[in-house]
Amino acid sequence: MEVSSLPISASLRAKLISGGYTSISSLFSVSHSDIARDLKISENEALEILRVASQRRGSERSNGTSSIVNGAQSAWEMLNEEKSLGHITTSCSELDDILGGGISCKEVTEIGGVPGIGKTQLGIQLAVNVQIPMDYGGLQGKAVYIDTEGSFMVERALQIAEACLEDMREYHGFLKRDLQACQVNMQPKDFLENIFYFRVCSYTEQIAVVNYLEKFISEHKDVKVVIIDSITFHFRQDFDDMALRTRLLGGMALKLMKLAKKYTLAVILLNQVTTKYTEGQYQLTLALGDSWSHACTNRVILYWNGNERYAYIDKSPSVRSAAAAYSVTGRGIRSSVSNYKRVKML
Amino acid sequence: MANKLLSEMGLPNSIANIFAARNLITAKDVFSLTEFELMELLDVDLAVVTSAVAHISEITCPPYQTALSLLEQRGQNENMAGHLPTSLKGLDNALCGGIPFGVVTELVGPAGIGKTQFCLKLSLLASLPSSYGGLDGSVIYIDTESKFSSRRMIEIGFNSFPEVFQTEGMAQEMAGRILVLRPTSLSEFTDSLQKIKVSLFQHGVKLLIIDSMAALLSGEGVQGPQRQHSLGWHISFIKSVAEFSRIPVVVTNQVRSQSRDGTSHYSFQEQSRGESPEAATKHDSHLVAALGIHWAHAVSIRLIFESRSGQRFIKLAKSPVSPPLAFPFNITSSGISLLNDDGVEMPGPEIHSISCQGMI
Repeated sequence: MEVSSLPISASLRAKLISGGYTSISSLFSVSHSDIARDLKISENEALEILRVASQRRGSERSNGTSSIVNGAQSAWEMLNEEKSLGHITTSCSELDDILGGGISCKEVTEIGGVPGIGKTQLGIQLAVNVQIPMDYGGLQGKAVYIDTEGSFMVERALQIAEACLEDMREYHGFLKRDLQACQVNMQPKDFLENIFYFRVCSYTEQIAVVNYLEKFISEHKDVKVVIIDSITFHFRQDFDDMALRTRLLGGMALKLMKLAKKYTLAVILLNQVTTKYTEGQYQLTLALGDSWSHACTNRVILYWNGNERYAYIDKSPSVRSAAAAYSVTGRGIRSSVSNYKRVKML
Repeated sequence: MANKLLSEMGLPNSIANIFAARNLITAKDVFSLTEFELMELLDVDLAVVTSAVAHISEITCPPYQTALSLLEQRGQNENMAGHLPTSLKGLDNALCGGIPFGVVTELVGPAGIGKTQFCLKLSLLASLPSSYGGLDGSVIYIDTESKFSSRRMIEIGFNSFPEVFQTEGMAQEMAGRILVLRPTSLSEFTDSLQKIKVSLFQHGVKLLIIDSMAALLSGEGVQGPQRQHSLGWHISFIKSVAEFSRIPVVVTNQVRSQSRDGTSHYSFQEQSRGESPEAATKHDSHLVAALGIHWAHAVSIRLIFESRSGQRFIKLAKSPVSPPLAFPFNITSSGISLLNDDGVEMPGPEIHSISCQGMI
């Protein structure tokens, strides 16, 4: 391995190379005082170089011992792990079905749609649903809600939490299970207490929050969902340099993906729509451009179909493209009214 | 907090000096570079960069609140008033009390439908003494289309609140609280917006009206990315004004006609594109809001004013709290009045269409 790949400052690296230390292995036969004398640097700096180099070498060595490629996981192991992973229900069974059980943990899911289609509603619904206790098939987690547009309505969150509790009670009464064990003793306010709300007012703050989340979540390990509403807003204004924008967005997506993997949580990014000129006509498409569309693992588009709201899976590595109707009610996201009626008639 | 200086962030001195020497002054400068670019630029090793970036992120990151504390905080402020009642009972009920504070409310509709009438009424309501259900504050009215009529406003006042306006000197006081700005160009408009930001706090302004947003932005003949850019600036500015001063902001938007309905579909909606030409002709007189979808994402509440077969309607096209309702209304000497307070629920995208048929 080359010295040039060591994460040390550029001037030290240049000194090492000009001093003849081009490969990392050449550093191990010398002591730090030799290096310090050779390169005319302080002994502390020389020690630091050796420390970094030995770390690098250590990681290289362990590669050989454990498995063929260090850090890799076999597909079989992944399958077993995926089976045990939880999903966050959307409170609309049709939508859960096409998503393969709900919003998957460990993945970044982007949800976009026209204004008023219910993106924020779905975001709030997920922030509440992630807290459903294990006994009810939930994740019993907490939520981080990053609001870039000021559209989070706490009153609405309260309504949705109340409705969610009612549903849980009903479910409980329906099953008539062991009464003591799983009494619903949560209050709507408990739901609100478990939603951590960040109000972000510029894209700089947005990047800062995403950077900081790593630390925040290591302190609050029970956070199971991170919702950014919306990823787009600040990045649609104040940008002259589109290349910079693409890079910043890409960097943010990578960090979020890492976070999702490391802490087994779901990341939900809400996106706006824009019009795009293709094949001789204007069409709707999600904002932030084509390179962004690669950034998320799953992409769900909410749209109007006739008189009903539909969700369409535009991109997903694990489930097929499909569409399902849903509706936004006073109680939150629910199954489409017409489906409900159909069931009743049967 | 994004503008906080790096030198104020409590970084170790040695690091802070290196940042300053390379002309990295704010967090924005730092976040615009990748960690490796920073390593090269600052001539330090990766560990130093990572820990510095983590530290800067933590300081720049706005503090979090739980939704519960947010609710309690709202509760305290709401005692003063969280909504401006429109005096239209049905609409107030649907909106949980009226035009909410802190967000942008948009009125869209064809010319002459009554948007300005609605704005005049709102201005009066905000300036009324609180004993009459008003907000007892000043109003800033940005009139870009020169449609503000003080005579009509006083007339609405006399007919809606006779007891207030017949009191000696009250008409003068009420009207004196409504400050009208008439910018004639986009740059003038931008200037006045920036000035307002300061005076909002100083003069107890309780309502900001912009009538209309579309006139200057679409009138200046700026097209393409530049227009998008200036629209973007206005969107984020108006939203932040609303939020930080916690006042209602009401903005009107014009309509333009669109010959085909293609823009409301995604590429995967094949069947709707292949529809017969009848569908296209059906949408011939199809109207859409003048400021496009980018703007529409920014408003929290959208009220559509339209007329169908001679009857005018107010439709609640976008609202985080209300179901999609349509209220028939007419315009009387006291301004807009609803014909019934229950409204008709309108599921489906019909709520977003704007029609203009048989308007008298």
